[in-house]
Amino acid sequence: MNTFNARLGLLLFFIYLALYSGFVGLAVFAPGILATTPWAGVNLAILYGFALIIAAFALAILYGLTCRDENSSKGGEA
Amino acid sequence: MNHEQSFGAIAVFAAFVAFTLGLSFYLGGKAKSAKGYFAAEGEIPWFINGVAFAGDYLSAASFLGICGMIAFFGYDGFLYSIGYLAGWVVALFVVAEPMKRLGKFTFADALDSTFQSRGIKLVAGISTLAVSVFYLIPQMVGAGVLVEPLLGLPHYVGVIMVGAAVILIVVTAGMVSTTWVQFLKGGLLVVFSTVMVGMVLMRGFTATPIEDMPELAVLGPYSGGSYETELAAELEKHSLTVLPATGLWDTPDFVRLSAGPDAAPLVYSVSMSASGAITLFEAQTVEMVDGKKFVNGREQENVAGEDGVRHDLRPVGRILKLPDGETSTGPIGPLKFFSTLQQSTMMISSKKTLKFETDTIDVYFETPTLGSKLLLPGQYFTGIRTKLFSDKLNFLSLMLALFCGTASLPHILIRYYTVKDESSARKSTIVGIGTIGFFYVLSLYIGLGAMTSGALDVTNNNMAAPLLARSLAEWLFAVISAIAFTTVLGTVSGLILASAGAVAHDLLKEFGQMEFNDSEQVRVAKISSVVVGVVAIVLGIVFKEFNVTYLVGWAFSVAASANLPSLVMLLFWKGVTKQGVIAAVTVGMTTSLGWILLSADTFSKVYKIDPELAITPFSQPGLVTIPLGFLTLIVVSLLTKKRAE
Repeated sequence: MNTFNARLGLLLFFIYLALYSGFVGLAVFAPGILATTPWAGVNLAILYGFALIIAAFALAILYGLTCRDENSSKGGEA
Repeated sequence: MNHEQSFGAIAVFAAFVAFTLGLSFYLGGKAKSAKGYFAAEGEIPWFINGVAFAGDYLSAASFLGICGMIAFFGYDGFLYSIGYLAGWVVALFVVAEPMKRLGKFTFADALDSTFQSRGIKLVAGISTLAVSVFYLIPQMVGAGVLVEPLLGLPHYVGVIMVGAAVILIVVTAGMVSTTWVQFLKGGLLVVFSTVMVGMVLMRGFTATPIEDMPELAVLGPYSGGSYETELAAELEKHSLTVLPATGLWDTPDFVRLSAGPDAAPLVYSVSMSASGAITLFEAQTVEMVDGKKFVNGREQENVAGEDGVRHDLRPVGRILKLPDGETSTGPIGPLKFFSTLQQSTMMISSKKTLKFETDTIDVYFETPTLGSKLLLPGQYFTGIRTKLFSDKLNFLSLMLALFCGTASLPHILIRYYTVKDESSARKSTIVGIGTIGFFYVLSLYIGLGAMTSGALDVTNNNMAAPLLARSLAEWLFAVISAIAFTTVLGTVSGLILASAGAVAHDLLKEFGQMEFNDSEQVRVAKISSVVVGVVAIVLGIVFKEFNVTYLVGWAFSVAASANLPSLVMLLFWKGVTKQGVIAAVTVGMTTSLGWILLSADTFSKVYKIDPELAITPFSQPGLVTIPLGFLTLIVVSLLTKKRAE
């Protein structure tokens, strides 16, 4: 696989993997940080959790807007 | 009180099921060919397919299990939401387009696209069956759990009802009807969950201060040092006596009080605060005597007695203290919802089973818990707060399996064949991520709303969302229960279809090289659907006691270990050989299943033996078996490539 879409997908995948790993790492090794309340009296655990959900959708939209239709004609008949 | 039948709910439920089956019969004519049966002719519009992804994915575990886990344990249930959604990132960025490009009917098609190997068809088919069956068990258990309170029918009847309905759906129209059922259910689930969250926010929170609670529901607080003396003085005023702590009750955790020889004893849990003060909270008990269920010392009644009261467990789930001594918040904003709960104290329900010789009794009791503690990880996954490194690894292993599992689930992967091209596969996945992500945001509100609703059933955390709905409005309960049931129908039909594809297409036609024409292949798939459906019914009855969400976690581990390494490496490494794929699927599947069977959780929950005897160091296999699958594929591919050269 060396297409534009595949490379873009891998890049976005690694960005999200870093965000996800950061969250899981904090939950296990530094829970005190997740207990802080940086905004609106809501703790970082909830804010980070929601951010992960929103980030997944935002990156998905970015991927959708940037992708090229490279092999559509072959769809479904491989 | 929790299981009171609702005729409105039954009517809405019956209408939903009738409509679903009607739709299935109507669409039956579109599934004559194999491509129509397995892939809906590839003609499903991408938006419909995207919402159907959500319908497929938001299963009993997501809707009932996660909301229930949040309602009983707080934030930890939300960790499942985060993990399940993260898995979709892998599905979109890595798997979606190649799956559509390489395959035709099943996941094995894609895996085998460059090799045409019977061995790959065999192991991929078996892996599909194994994962699907693992995933089917919690769905069927969830069906029984729903029908029990809704229709007042035994658990096994619910399982048989779902099984029969699903077999009808799958046999009549295959992927076309399954897709529309999932679209319908996914859409309704998100819409009505949004309505429910809106109503929760409008209702706000109400505290139940100790002084306002019924007499003797709470005793104390007493000073820790001499609480027995203070308790005795208070009891004397009410002509109550403390019963001896013997037999089952030889524990400092509970105290039993008696109002006389004919009255059922009252059980209180002993709770110590950080300052050392002791408070006694009234607990509830459930025990089986001569095959009959006794609740709080009296036989459980399904109908109201002469006094007009139905004798059953009392509902739980409440706030003890709101911030600044408030008793009620009124309507509350989405962020204020969390900041208020963080500063509140909630009563969290727990269960303890007391055993003495052949007697056992389940005691359900509430413990005051700070909101700031409940809105952090570690209440359910207690292992991540211990110093034991293997406990932390267990949690990391689960989160890895959730991340890698989605893109390896056969019933999700086959949905890529229902749209016309790669662009549609991509767009439908984005719609799926949006829909599913939005629902998971709602899940935290629903779970915490249920935690503070005063409507929870202590014996069944899977019913948290429907019971929250009942506390808001009877019509909402009817609709949510019906959607929850359709949730099970949609997911089970997808799983059975994936299994039928594995049997008819991968194992019999491709591996067994049986000669089928198009319509014969569909007929074989329909017969396979009936067989898998019957197996699912039996397993749903046998595994009644299992935790729904936990089982799904295992299904993700097996899927990720068996399927993901081959799928990913095939796309990104030219050195993959067919022997490498066969070895990786076989090793991933057998080691993850073996790990689960030898784990402490299985020892204690399934075999009912000492978990200390378990062979594996922690229960979730993914952390070991997913890398092992990758490693096997690389090593075997390198070895067999050399031999070929």
